[in-house]
Amino acid sequence: MTKRRSPWLLAVTALVYIFLYAPIIVLIVFAFNSSRTNVVFEGVVNQGDCGPFYWFCQLGRNRELVAAARNTLVVAATSTVASTVIGTMAALALQRYKFPGKAYSEISLYIPIVIPEIVMGVGLLVLYSALFGFINTTFGLNGDNRLSLGLGTVILSHIAFSVPFVALVVRARLQGFDKAVEEAAMDLYANEWTTFWRVTLPIIFPGVMSGALLAFTLSLDDFITTFFTTGPGGTTLPIYVYGLLRRVTTPELNALATIWIVIVFVVLMLSQLAGRRSEAH
Amino acid sequence: MAIDNSAQLVDAPPRNRWQGILLALPVTLLMTVLLVVPLIIIGVNSFGQRGPDNTIIYNFNLNNYLRLLGISEPGVWDTLYLEILVRSLWLAFQSTVLVILVGYPLAYFIARAPRKQRNFWLFLVLVPLWTNFVIRVYAWIMILRNQGVLNSLLGWAAGLFGLNFTPLDLYPSDFAVLVCMVYEFLPFMILPMFTSLEKIEDSLYEAAADLGANTWNTFWRVTFPLSLPGIVAGTILVFIPVMGTFIVSDILGGRQVILVGNLIQRQFLDARDPVFGSAATIVLMVMTLAVTLYYTRKFGFAEEAFGR
Repeated sequence: MTKRRSPWLLAVTALVYIFLYAPIIVLIVFAFNSSRTNVVFEGVVNQGDCGPFYWFCQLGRNRELVAAARNTLVVAATSTVASTVIGTMAALALQRYKFPGKAYSEISLYIPIVIPEIVMGVGLLVLYSALFGFINTTFGLNGDNRLSLGLGTVILSHIAFSVPFVALVVRARLQGFDKAVEEAAMDLYANEWTTFWRVTLPIIFPGVMSGALLAFTLSLDDFITTFFTTGPGGTTLPIYVYGLLRRVTTPELNALATIWIVIVFVVLMLSQLAGRRSEAH
Repeated sequence: MAIDNSAQLVDAPPRNRWQGILLALPVTLLMTVLLVVPLIIIGVNSFGQRGPDNTIIYNFNLNNYLRLLGISEPGVWDTLYLEILVRSLWLAFQSTVLVILVGYPLAYFIARAPRKQRNFWLFLVLVPLWTNFVIRVYAWIMILRNQGVLNSLLGWAAGLFGLNFTPLDLYPSDFAVLVCMVYEFLPFMILPMFTSLEKIEDSLYEAAADLGANTWNTFWRVTFPLSLPGIVAGTILVFIPVMGTFIVSDILGGRQVILVGNLIQRQFLDARDPVFGSAATIVLMVMTLAVTLYYTRKFGFAEEAFGR
């Protein structure tokens, strides 16, 4: 095998990486812009106590944004835990058991993966409005007691779109599962419950973790489903940013993006290192 | 190591079907209530008629679908909505083809890189994916707008050669929407393509070279056919979301680029015509499923490529 690489391939590769990173570099550089309108870079900002980090400090004082950040984390954490548990159970059921209605469970689990997200978003909006309308009129709820869209509906919707992906990932892990290990545990008089906790779960755990990570990412990034199912008190960061894009943007938004990118970079690096360490063992 | 015939030697206890039902119960309930029932409601609503005060009259007619086809009034063919559907399909097609063309060299480069470097190069592809979708749209506004980064760079370059430069009108435009779509979904294509390409063993390339194949022949006879499962998987991962995304066209397309996603969003939230919106949603779903099914039937389903 020749080790020589085509210079054309290297050139194209470099161009694609530039394409991937140009927007990110622009986002970060403009977080230090002294111009409030942020169209042209007019030099590094140096204002107030924070100096070049002026926009980052402004960010911390922005109540709406802090609330949106908190909502995003609450939604992501809650929906990740719930969808990981439900998705893992589903993967076990579909991969290892035969039961009536299995085909239905399987198909309903695959639909969200093959339809555009907007279809699910619109469906959830229609469902919640119909359900809440019915409950509110039946029980005569009014004022603050009325059921309405908000953080709760967002969390429920995120669970719904994450579960299929968790199930898919865990099933992939179960496919390579060596059943002899479980049988050995049973032969050694472990009951099914003990076998599951001491043998099965530790083996499929990497799959469960990747599923959870995927669910967390999907939830953090989600715009479409959240857009249709959110209401008062349920604004997440993507929804907040979308609102800004339609009105006015300042370097504050770039500061937010910069913090986001740095956190993501650190978390990804750490998970890579952890992955490498567990591979070494 | 597993012994292949262990199942016959030690007869495993038959798994309890009630356990299976209990394990599948939460997910089945969840998907029924939050997916199947809403889809049925939307399907039923799409045959209804808009009544006063946001009510729906259920008189089962085809008017909403006829309106989408532009033939609801006799003798007049209004192609407004058909154009939106065709435009969405065309944009999804263009984006997918461009993503394949841009992503392939990169996936190939990573797959052929020394084994120890591969994770690093893949990591670099993933980082942009993890910055928020909406924030990435914003980044393209900053780059493409009239006095934005790209026009400034071009103006500076033109200045070096003493040329006159008038800023290009790139935002808002169809071009901006296309570029941003390619950017947003590029990693979804690179990952499955890489998975397929990585599986091709060096010995195959060596064999091709020994048999006198040149670079061109090796690519079209060895590399490309073996990477097809990855391209199929990537195409599905890119085509479906592009068909339903409305935020890119909403922000970068100004008022010019209306896609079926924007149409649906406006019917449900601005125009308050959910029955028409429901018909558009059903059409979008059927269109995507039809294209995906046709495509996977033709090229074979690439489940293995999703495995990673």
